[in-house]
Amino acid sequence: MISDPIREGIAAGWKAIDAAALERDLDIEVDVVVAGSGAGGGVTAEILAQAGLAVAIVEEGPLKSSSDFRMLEREAYPQLYQESAGRQTKDKAITVLQGRSVGGSTTVNWTSSFRTPPGTLAHWRSAHGLARADEGSLAPWFARMEERLSISPWPVPPNENNDLLRRGCEKLGIPAAAIRRNVKGCWNLGYCGLGCPTNAKQSMLVTTLPAALAKGAVLVHRARLERLVVSGDRLVAAEARGIAASGSPPSAHRIHLTARHFVLAAGAIGSPAILLRSGLPDPHGLAGRRTFLHPTVVSAAVMPQPVRGFEGAPQTIYSDHFLDSVPVDGPVGYKLEAPPLHPILAGITLPGFGRSHAGLMKEFANLQVVIALLRDGFHPGSPGGRVQLRADGSPELDYPLGEFLWEGIRRAYLTMAEIQFAAGAKSVLPMHEDAAPARDWAQAKAAIADLPMAALRARVVSAHVMGGCPMGPDPRQALVDERGRHHHLANLSVHDGSVFPTSIGANPQLSIYAHAARMASDLAGELAPVSPRAAGRS
Amino acid sequence: MLTRRQFLKVGVASGALLAGAGWLYLRGAPAPAPGLKWLDARGRSIVAALAPVVLEGSLPEAPPARAQALAEVVAAFDRAVSGLSPAVQEEIRQLLALLGIAAGRFIVAGVRSTWAEATPDEVSAFLRRWKGSRFGLLRAGYQALTQLLVAAWYGNAASWERIGYPGPPALGERPA
Repeated sequence: MISDPIREGIAAGWKAIDAAALERDLDIEVDVVVAGSGAGGGVTAEILAQAGLAVAIVEEGPLKSSSDFRMLEREAYPQLYQESAGRQTKDKAITVLQGRSVGGSTTVNWTSSFRTPPGTLAHWRSAHGLARADEGSLAPWFARMEERLSISPWPVPPNENNDLLRRGCEKLGIPAAAIRRNVKGCWNLGYCGLGCPTNAKQSMLVTTLPAALAKGAVLVHRARLERLVVSGDRLVAAEARGIAASGSPPSAHRIHLTARHFVLAAGAIGSPAILLRSGLPDPHGLAGRRTFLHPTVVSAAVMPQPVRGFEGAPQTIYSDHFLDSVPVDGPVGYKLEAPPLHPILAGITLPGFGRSHAGLMKEFANLQVVIALLRDGFHPGSPGGRVQLRADGSPELDYPLGEFLWEGIRRAYLTMAEIQFAAGAKSVLPMHEDAAPARDWAQAKAAIADLPMAALRARVVSAHVMGGCPMGPDPRQALVDERGRHHHLANLSVHDGSVFPTSIGANPQLSIYAHAARMASDLAGELAPVSPRAAGRS
Repeated sequence: MLTRRQFLKVGVASGALLAGAGWLYLRGAPAPAPGLKWLDARGRSIVAALAPVVLEGSLPEAPPARAQALAEVVAAFDRAVSGLSPAVQEEIRQLLALLGIAAGRFIVAGVRSTWAEATPDEVSAFLRRWKGSRFGLLRAGYQALTQLLVAAWYGNAASWERIGYPGPPALGERPA
């Protein structure tokens, strides 16, 4: 029997309020309101609560935990993802996988843990004026979060899907290496993306949030933060409403939260949306602009042997060769990884319909899949997207894919096909509506050269939304300073992936954890009346 | 092969029809069909016409099992749409409203028969035309409809044996 730390905590008296079930309005008064319970919100809540501050965490998604995680896509996508894992950019060209439950995307991510690459930090210093973005001063924050979340090398051999990426790279002399993971006692099941059923994944759901709740923090879930209320140069309140599911209208009852300080950690679509809905000061119109996605393209190979990509830890091997071999601000670079395969995810990614689609699905157990994540935001040809509000106040990301990225996408298709043939593929198919399976590398090379690069022909996905509330010293280019403090409001901070001035160029969870830990520690030092350490000494 | 001018005509017609279909919808959204949460009777007939074509080759062949699978696909499509954000639900409602009026079905989709009577060839030709359209709006419509149907079927355990997927593992003791 696997224990469920969330249900046990609730039984032991944690303060968790289901806003969608409220029968009257609710007032909450705390020291700090944290909007969002994902990587940024979880880390922030724990650090503030441990400093003795009263914290309320407001999360739009539901509180689901290991007893609910049944490894079924049809249940997990509507419960745990934004828009049932079908969130799309404005023109529908990019599907964005983003978490929507307590723990945010950390509840459903694939556990890949990388420190912010040195080349990214150097670019932030030189092009965006960030003084604190250096490996030396960030190292203790990475180390702290690695220890907190058990991030370490994964000692188990990779599953065949990942090992084929490794072998293909090895044949071609392309460096590839193992990915560190945030797991403790992992069963190697392969269902990280549907919520970890064994609590091995050290997501916010089983680490920082329980710690914050044990210190008395209040978790208000199924609550959409509608707006922040400003008075002069300060925020005075946050207004939220219950929401039963993403397709439901908000409930009639309001939650009115007052606090000394407010932290946005609603993700790089949610945080800009709250800023925009609240009409907060933004003299340079920065909120929601320069939003990045690591636009990701996919290549599927049919192998002669079973691959069974649905079994075993996903994303355990990667190659940064195509990031490291180009200048960070040159032609777009890309990271290579091997994702998990599940029937719905594979089905909606494979192109075509009818017999041709059914034929590809029949090879499901022999499919090997590589993804290429493009490093966007470092070149003038990659200005990112823009979060806007629809008439009903919901956010929508407009992200046009320009020529600069299409050139990289074609190169990425070529790279992936070459690696897959080197690994022994019988055929390779780029995930593109106009592609046909190629029988060898020469055929693939010719076919990919001719593929039209256009939205809604190439399948483009994203699991990493970043930017939109950039940090930096210059208020003309940044909305918050390097401590995450809003440039124009005294008591507002942003602690999530939206503060990054470009994409990360690696799976972003550890970057968010470390930056949020640093920002939250600064904030705790400022807000906490007596530091717990000093209190302990007295 | 349509000429550029014909394509443009189709584009203008689609825009006008979408606006008209939206207006028709504003006059009052029809109630969901019996047993469904979201799809109205007309939407259900469209989804029911598309499903066997989109999923051809992946459905059970024995008539009773096939009929049951198709009914489950329509129900899963219905559940999936009802879980999307209100703004996206509205877009899909407009898309189905456009395809549901005779002029939309005929001009934009190129399907002469009613959805209930359309042949698999007619439906397939419609999907191919939208898939390869120069208009992003129609390509997006193709992808929305096919992906919702594919997700509705491959979320169903009845689809798994054919593709060699054993389903999620049983959670016994942690393996050594």
